[in-house]
Amino acid sequence: MTILQVKGLEKSFGGVIAAQNVGVTVSAGEAIGIIGANGAGKTTFVNMVTGHLPPTAGTIEFLGANIVGLPPRKITELGLCRSFQVPQVFLSESVFDNVLMAYGISEESGLSMLRPLRNAGREARVREHLVRYQIDQHTNTPASALSQGIRKLLDIAMATVRSPQLLMLDEPTSGISAEEKFDLMEIIMAALREEQTTVMFIEHDMEIVQRHVERVLAFSQGEIICDAPTAEAMVDAKVVEFVLGQEYHVGHRDDA
Amino acid sequence: MNYLGIRDAFVLVIVSAAASGLLAWGLGFLVRRYRAIFFALLTMAFSMILYGVLAKTERFGSTDGLNVHPPTFLGYAPVDQAAQITLFLFCLLVIYVLILGVQLYLGSVLGQMTMAVRENEIRVEYLGYSVERVIHVKYVISGLLAGFGGAIMALAVGQVDPESMVYWSASGEFVFVAILAGTGNVAAPFLGAVVFEVIRHFAWEHGANLWQLIMGSFLLAIIMFMPDGIWSLLQRVSKRKGKAT
Repeated sequence: MTILQVKGLEKSFGGVIAAQNVGVTVSAGEAIGIIGANGAGKTTFVNMVTGHLPPTAGTIEFLGANIVGLPPRKITELGLCRSFQVPQVFLSESVFDNVLMAYGISEESGLSMLRPLRNAGREARVREHLVRYQIDQHTNTPASALSQGIRKLLDIAMATVRSPQLLMLDEPTSGISAEEKFDLMEIIMAALREEQTTVMFIEHDMEIVQRHVERVLAFSQGEIICDAPTAEAMVDAKVVEFVLGQEYHVGHRDDA
Repeated sequence: MNYLGIRDAFVLVIVSAAASGLLAWGLGFLVRRYRAIFFALLTMAFSMILYGVLAKTERFGSTDGLNVHPPTFLGYAPVDQAAQITLFLFCLLVIYVLILGVQLYLGSVLGQMTMAVRENEIRVEYLGYSVERVIHVKYVISGLLAGFGGAIMALAVGQVDPESMVYWSASGEFVFVAILAGTGNVAAPFLGAVVFEVIRHFAWEHGANLWQLIMGSFLLAIIMFMPDGIWSLLQRVSKRKGKAT
């Protein structure tokens, strides 16, 4: 089943073209990696699809409805959620209260927003969610005191409280040490599999891409230069030239 | 209300709150788009416009204001000492109801969103709720509460005038109380208001020409040494006690 269909998406800032002729179709259950050099238009793409940035032209259909022009909160309500390269959390609050707030907002609407935030059922769901993302040992730690990796997990945990149909992650492993990021990605992908969430994530580390996704979108200069199964994309001439560079050799760490 | 001949305290208080809430609802559509100092100054600008209009309108008594007739309470019209006691009990009743309401609101998802909006507006939008709506609701609630407070004050003083109720320094007093006490719970502003009045009283008595200086110094000390207000001090003490036992 097709859940996302993007056609002819374009974005220009004055004379600078950040995206042009971007088209992609995503089916339920897929895991897709978005790769490309800095400035290739990856984040611009995610920002346009999630309503952060209005496209100059093109259509974005999510679950059959055109979502161009909708504010982020409406897109979120439809079941398309995202995380951020820089985690967007409530810094002064504890991990528990962050996720509790996320559940509160996602579970109530209209006048039911006046129901108490805290209730036993909701608190139990929060604890379950913290375990799912393996941040339960930080339950009472303020978000400001977390390491970057845990804060990223918290950000993603908050983005998934609605059990979204499609989740977009903007560089989930950026700013995280090499030792930590493989474990981090395992936790995220295991949690998403459990919820059967379709996921698209931006990633620079090709080992992570090869390990976790079956399909790759490669961006360069605002265009998709390759949309193919991971193994094919890794040896695609354009991808090698514009994204991977000459020094990268597929499978150079097959001991991992 | 003098014109309509309504003297019932319950009706006066509710009508006053409703009028004030309605005004806040209207202004809210504009104000909710601004933040921080712009939000504050825009609100103050509107109150000064209202002040100007009231001070220039003879029908509303210009700068002298209007007298408020002694109220009745559901048909009961006490005099002298009884009137004062009844009014005091009435105030307590209104405040009690408001405390319950605000307490429920602060514990609700919407009430708790104050924190969320202060900490991270982007996250709130991406969780699926409008930041502007949170601010607008809060603005209307502030308007309603101010309306209740104003009505009670009018009944107690027996007079309304623009100088003591609409002029910007009156708003300043509320800001002072909020900084003094801390925000986010019901009891703090009551404590803050009492402390504020006590300080002002003594400052006035011991230095009629210096009282503003004393108030200012006090405010400065609070901001520097107790940025979360007096209430945070009590919380710290109760936490320490909790650990000791």
